[in-house]
Amino acid sequence: MKILFNHPVREVNIPGPKRVQDLLKELDLIPESVLVIRGDDLVTEDDTLRDEDCVEIRPVISGGAGEKASSRPEPGWAGEMGIIHALS
Amino acid sequence: MRCRKCSHKAVLAIPRHNTAFCQSCLTDFVFRQIERAIHEEKMFTKTDRVLVAVSGGKDSLTLLDVLHRLGYATAALYVNLGIGEYSRASKSKVEQFTEPRGITLHVHEVQENEGAGINELSALIRRPTCSTCGTIKRYHFNRTAVEHDYTILATGHNLDDEAARLLGNVLHWQTDYLEKQGPSLPDSVEGFAKKVKPLYRLSEREIAAYAIVNRLDYIVEECPNSKGAKMLLYKETLNRLENESPGTKQMFYWGFLAKQKLESANRPSMAESDQAILRPCSKCSQPTTSGICGYCRMMARAQTV
Repeated sequence: MKILFNHPVREVNIPGPKRVQDLLKELDLIPESVLVIRGDDLVTEDDTLRDEDCVEIRPVISGGAGEKASSRPEPGWAGEMGIIHALS
Repeated sequence: MRCRKCSHKAVLAIPRHNTAFCQSCLTDFVFRQIERAIHEEKMFTKTDRVLVAVSGGKDSLTLLDVLHRLGYATAALYVNLGIGEYSRASKSKVEQFTEPRGITLHVHEVQENEGAGINELSALIRRPTCSTCGTIKRYHFNRTAVEHDYTILATGHNLDDEAARLLGNVLHWQTDYLEKQGPSLPDSVEGFAKKVKPLYRLSEREIAAYAIVNRLDYIVEECPNSKGAKMLLYKETLNRLENESPGTKQMFYWGFLAKQKLESANRPSMAESDQAILRPCSKCSQPTTSGICGYCRMMARAQTV
């Protein structure tokens, strides 16, 4: 089966049939961090992917430095708006 | 796997709730969780004008989509950070979303108004890009809301965002920030819009699944500046724990909120604390704890280097 990845965009071929949960395990991916899409549809961990399938493994994690949760406190630059109404 | 509600084919298992949903029941679930967040945290009602900060990503577009479908008076704000192709693509996603739905879209162009894109500004003032970005976004989110008479500013922060942020703050004992980690922050003083996070009951995976089954065309690419960001490491770590022990993220963040509420009885309210320390910035009049706000200090520094 053809597997499409993002971040970075790449494509790999893996022989099927294979259950989604086994595929994720083989690729060392955390199920909570990705969704598996076949065509336009989401598939669940117990679904079996066929050899002729084309699936996208889409990461669901996003986000930058976030709101004031950095490893380096920023004396003088904490930013009142950041402390008072942290939003980002 | 079958949907636990209607027995149709499931599209998503949700181990933390020991359930699985089909496309239609997943949409119902997301609606219910957002409505519950709005009501339980007394975020807003249908008489409020709600400004949703949107990035073109799954979270903010899902939030805007659901609030619009639920009949709330919503408009959108997009801050164009000027990050090359990424910003062009994300702005286009936002426009393609709002136009056909007749949702008012406000756009703040950083390149035009601040005189440079976010990467150039950060280099000028020698601050990390994400820190500069956060200051600029927070400033314009609030300022746009206040100037256009929106009573509420809503952002798409989800359970994963809040749990990861809490983990970061606890790991570094940044206790000053913990008090402000609630999903609803009051409009304590004139010049502040009320800030709310209606997605705090939903995980990123549940929101992404909603966006996919409802065919929301969101930007999948990650901001190029977020590579290697600590938040991503915290999220991945929490997801590993969640995988082994479903419910970990909600127990961590919701448990924190419950303790925060219990302890709030013995402390001055957030609004009272804010009123004691906030005054208008001498340059822009936005509320600040010092004479000149962080945004104005940052821009002054950018103009002198």
